[in-house]
Amino acid sequence: MLNTNQNLNALHDMDYVQLARLYWLETKFEWLKTIRNPAFSLPALSFPVIFYLFFGVLFNHGNVQASSYLLCTYGVFGVMGPALFSFGAGLAIERGQGWLDIKEASPMPASAQLISRLVVAMLFSLIIVISLSVVAVTMAGVQLQLWQWLTLMAIWVLGGLPFCLLGLALGLVLKAQSAPAVVNLIYLPLAFLSGLWMPISMLPGFMQNFAQFLPPYHLAQLALKVVDLDAGQDSWQHILALLIYAVIFFVLSRLAFNKKAR
Amino acid sequence: MQIQASADIQSSQHIVAQVSNLNKSFAGKVALNNLNLSIEANQVVAVLGANGAGKTTLINILLGRLQADDGEISVLGQPAGSLIAKRQTGAMLQVANLPETLKIKEHIQLFQSYYPKPMDYQKVMDYAGLQDLQQRYSRKLSGGEKQRLLFALSICGNPKLLFLDEPSVGMDVEARQGLWQAIRDLKNQGTAIVLTTHYLQEAESLADQIVLLKNGEIIKRGNNDDFRASVSHKLIRFASKLASTHFANLPAVAMVSQSGKYISLQSTNANQTLQALLTLAPGIEDLTVQGAGLEEAFLHLNQNKQAVNLQTAVGA
Repeated sequence: MLNTNQNLNALHDMDYVQLARLYWLETKFEWLKTIRNPAFSLPALSFPVIFYLFFGVLFNHGNVQASSYLLCTYGVFGVMGPALFSFGAGLAIERGQGWLDIKEASPMPASAQLISRLVVAMLFSLIIVISLSVVAVTMAGVQLQLWQWLTLMAIWVLGGLPFCLLGLALGLVLKAQSAPAVVNLIYLPLAFLSGLWMPISMLPGFMQNFAQFLPPYHLAQLALKVVDLDAGQDSWQHILALLIYAVIFFVLSRLAFNKKAR
Repeated sequence: MQIQASADIQSSQHIVAQVSNLNKSFAGKVALNNLNLSIEANQVVAVLGANGAGKTTLINILLGRLQADDGEISVLGQPAGSLIAKRQTGAMLQVANLPETLKIKEHIQLFQSYYPKPMDYQKVMDYAGLQDLQQRYSRKLSGGEKQRLLFALSICGNPKLLFLDEPSVGMDVEARQGLWQAIRDLKNQGTAIVLTTHYLQEAESLADQIVLLKNGEIIKRGNNDDFRASVSHKLIRFASKLASTHFANLPAVAMVSQSGKYISLQSTNANQTLQALLTLAPGIEDLTVQGAGLEEAFLHLNQNKQAVNLQTAVGA
């Protein structure tokens, strides 16, 4: 009896090659699905660069320090977009269509869905921060050491993780029709209040204090540390704050997921 | 105890899935009441019933997407929703839309990768009739084409158990015939198929076993003939120059309808009605008498739950 069951199980096992192919295809098609959707990909890819061009380069013509500062903060702004929209709005819409029901009924591992979206959000982030860096170097005269560029890229791309988790929680809670609007209502104020659009020191004191409670502020401060323009707190404080937010968003996602399953 | 049960099920090769004494309520409202059902290989089971009768709840429990309150559920000798069960199951559920920016070919390649032994790509295309649409983006599909794609996705994994929830919605006649042929082929190759439909002709033409659900209970089960037999009505049809009102008062006539020069009588006693009819109007032409179809049976059963309960009690 036990033997039969084991044979039976083996019959329906998938080997590593098959599983690798599954994750590869899930990611590939998630990427194609996203890039082919101009309503998402155009704003996600172009807005951070256009904003940076106006506020970081043209308005601060010749002020390389300001351009370096805003490069760091607009990088954070750019990374938040795909994280919140691909996970948040994208997931909410597919959930609303009933499409996720089909996926759940299939033997697709739930992790394939999460990992593919995570990889796609990170690829988008990478494209955005590389475009920003090209603009910064060629048009604003920003000059950094290689290690600074590499560290910045790592901070930006890995720093997108808490926002992916926030997006995941939103994607599991929001209704499909209202999801894009709600995500924007969270994304844009969060970016402004965290000092991503204009330096935090230009905001009034109470807003500067309030920014301490927002995750993008801490990611921006980490990035600013690389170019020595941060507000002077220790790195570990920012990393700890981001980790705490990641845990909170993860727990919220779990709660939302469990609620849905019932 | 449960292990024993699943061993029994595996030893009797033809039972693919089974539920016994299944109960499910939502917030105190009973959705399924003490339900028993066996799903066998080489069989199409049609689950019929009005909206809210419990069809979707039953399918979701068999897919492991809902937890039953109590009762035993076995799908391919496994708990419902387990990975091994899922790898042998296909499901075509009702979906408002698919991700629009993928092509049909890509959707199918992706779903094939979910299964250890996927069905051959060309075979999937043939079954679903999608050969000419492989490069089409799913946003450009009509309702019927979308259904064909969902059908393709449901059979990608060579399922032993296939759930089809309203599969032919939005399909034209040709596509529907193609779908029915595919369902018959899959059935003949051993697949157990659970079909829900509002379209009774679909159940009539495909199902080996029909289960009629009402308020979460099975009020009737059997094959086509059993269902027809449960309605004692006969349908008497003829051409006459007289208006249909003339026939309403004939003995044993339950209903009169007219289309063109043809008049249809539903009779609870064909002999009585025919005798009186031929006396009243000897000049009628094209006279036919036939048993009621599934549609009449379905309406009849769904309306007279009391009567049906008596019948099933006697039958059991």
